[in-house]
Amino acid sequence: MIPRIVKYIFKRVLMLFLVVVIATYITILIANAGGYVDEIIKSEIQFNVATYVQNNPAYKGLPPEELRKLIDSMVETQLKLRGLDQPFFIRSFYYLGNALTLNLGRSYFMTSDSGSRMVRLIILERLPQTILLFTTATALLFFIQLLGGLYLSGKYGKRIDRILVNLAPISSMPGWFFLILLILIFYTWLHLLPPSGLVDYPPPPDPFSYFLSVLKHMILPLSAWLISYTWIGIYNMRNFFLIFSTEDYVEVAIAKGVPPGQVRKRYILRPSLPPIITNLALALISSWMGAIVTETVYEWPGLGYTIAQAIGFMDAPVIIGVTVMYAYLLAFTVLILDIIYGFLDPRIGAAGR
Amino acid sequence: MSSTEFGLKGTVRELLRYKGAVLGLTIIIILVFISIYAVVAIPYDKAVEQWRESEYWIKNPKNAAPEWINYISDKKLPKSIYLSGEGKVVKDEGRSKLVFEYNFGYYYDDFPSEIILFVNSNVTKSFYLKTSFLRPDGDLIFLGKYKIKKGENRIYVTNKLDLEASLEKHVEERLGAKPNFSITIEKALFLAYTGKQEVLKGDYEIKLEALTNATSKDVNCEVVIYGKVHGLTGTDHLRRPLSIALIWGTPVALSFGITAATLIVLMQLIIATISAWFGGRVDMVLQRVTEVYMVLPFLPTLIMISLFYRISIWTLLLVVIALSIFGANVKTMRALAMQIKTYPYIEAAQAYGASSLRIVFLYMIPKMLPPVIPSIILSVPDFVFLEAVLSFFGLGDPLLPTWGKLLHDALENGALYKGLYYWVLEPSALLVLTAFSFAQIGLALDKIVNPRLREI
Repeated sequence: MIPRIVKYIFKRVLMLFLVVVIATYITILIANAGGYVDEIIKSEIQFNVATYVQNNPAYKGLPPEELRKLIDSMVETQLKLRGLDQPFFIRSFYYLGNALTLNLGRSYFMTSDSGSRMVRLIILERLPQTILLFTTATALLFFIQLLGGLYLSGKYGKRIDRILVNLAPISSMPGWFFLILLILIFYTWLHLLPPSGLVDYPPPPDPFSYFLSVLKHMILPLSAWLISYTWIGIYNMRNFFLIFSTEDYVEVAIAKGVPPGQVRKRYILRPSLPPIITNLALALISSWMGAIVTETVYEWPGLGYTIAQAIGFMDAPVIIGVTVMYAYLLAFTVLILDIIYGFLDPRIGAAGR
Repeated sequence: MSSTEFGLKGTVRELLRYKGAVLGLTIIIILVFISIYAVVAIPYDKAVEQWRESEYWIKNPKNAAPEWINYISDKKLPKSIYLSGEGKVVKDEGRSKLVFEYNFGYYYDDFPSEIILFVNSNVTKSFYLKTSFLRPDGDLIFLGKYKIKKGENRIYVTNKLDLEASLEKHVEERLGAKPNFSITIEKALFLAYTGKQEVLKGDYEIKLEALTNATSKDVNCEVVIYGKVHGLTGTDHLRRPLSIALIWGTPVALSFGITAATLIVLMQLIIATISAWFGGRVDMVLQRVTEVYMVLPFLPTLIMISLFYRISIWTLLLVVIALSIFGANVKTMRALAMQIKTYPYIEAAQAYGASSLRIVFLYMIPKMLPPVIPSIILSVPDFVFLEAVLSFFGLGDPLLPTWGKLLHDALENGALYKGLYYWVLEPSALLVLTAFSFAQIGLALDKIVNPRLREI
């Protein structure tokens, strides 16, 4: 019994690690544009060294040939220092090794607010803002959708059900789009709320008013996400519960005279919980990536905005760093879920029941 | 699988029972007509050329709202006034000159946005043009003396800094005090001297005197007093009418959205069915690939590819498809395929020796198609907005004018800060209409093919 579950877990760990390795390697290839970014950096080093030598009075008067030799050797040292003397194909595996051991290294161009070029610090500095906004939004959305869907499945065909079902098309428009419209209303027209950023400028000195200012800045993006993603979520949850509520055992329970509240809780919610938990876990992890477009529109200094900037600067280490962290987190979540279901679900049977 | 109970005709008849779906269909048909009109009336090359050629629109005002705004608000914004006509030869103290006199009424509630003189001269020798401006209250304002060379001359009257300085002084003199608002040339010319920011309504006259002995045929003048409204859709910061991008954005959005949605769902269907049918190693490999795709962040990858390789929108479409065919949908579809695999008719097919290829493509996929059609239609808006997102990051097609590009330009040029509502709202309205119609049809179809969801 025990060896079987261990074998199952071991197999899943191996598989998921393979998935992370492949995904990371693909990202490395794309983020370096197949070695193109390296070429840019090489020519930059050459240019910098040449200007340095030409402007340095100590090297004045040297014959041009020696000067060229000097430049070449200095460029070579620089390239070696950065590990750029090897072909990209070989280097890509060094990158892969470093990324997988979470040795994220230094960025090419971007710096954290404290001036550091460590990718780890850049990511850690931006992550809290993203969690603050998007993990909050995701969790809020999840509970609204869950409760709304559960409520509606009980009101099937009633007026409130029809109204909410007819609101579902609103969700065909993404959150960032509603954000633009909300900014147009609440900033451009009414001048009530700020159009961008995390906090007022200059930031308020005491923590309490700082907190209030951040809250004020969160209103628009948060509402935009709620407006956009609530309706289809409620609709999907309702359908999901409806399908469960036509199961025979639910009908038997109703026929037995079990009160509707209990039917909902015990006979509909409980058996449908596993896929719902899976969805929540995956949604929460995905929210850590932030929302590139929403953060860019609102200039919210989170991870999504950082990725957008990193892509603009072709800052491969930052892009790879974010991706590999995300891949690990996601794979880890999937693994935990797999293990839980392996124990719980008799159909998977790994627990050997 | 009750979906198979309806044929195509039956499904359409069912669909027409839903008001939302009928509305959605109507909107989509209109959008399709607009697309056809766009492709026929403004050929691709012409649209791209006009959109990129800034000189083409020089006689349009910048950042002008659509004209119909005037019907809504009680403040009447000015339309552009185009003044042209032949000059008269006038003898003055023995020397001849060409005089152009233009009268126009100005009865709007807001100041014009710009004044430009276009002077075309065939005279080899350059000459001076004296310009003056007569207001309804009899105030005569000298607008400057400009040298006119052979060929096309353009005088941006409202950009002359020395004129602005002198007009500022002039207004102060008339008011007897410094006004509490800033004075620009176009404001000073049309200002009622009341101390408030008001337009003096009445008949104005612009007089141009060309100090040359040429005939009236040799010198052509046009004065353009740029307004603040233009055409049906307004203009952007480069004077281009938004209508071109709005009209041309329609076929781009529709074709991008529909192609991407259809191809992706079909490919996913094929992959899921193959995975379910063959099982074993094939299934294992496809499952792992699906997981790799789940871990790869979609949007950053797409943005990187389009940024690093600078590709056109149609190549981008291929990348989008390639990045999405292993999406989360595959797992659901695979579950469905697993179910169908056990149906008796599949066993029967196997029994008479049908090939795997035949079973997958002729027996399983057609059976699975009806329930996935709603998801095709429901995902069209996602890809319409994806095009907008790419334009947003300055990616997307470098040439074509699209809705996303309009939104990008609007945000980039501070439409939200300057209150240029129309610039954001026009492309947004089209995006909303498109998304709304596809969503309505998709949701109605969903109810038809999933009878458990049908309303009582």
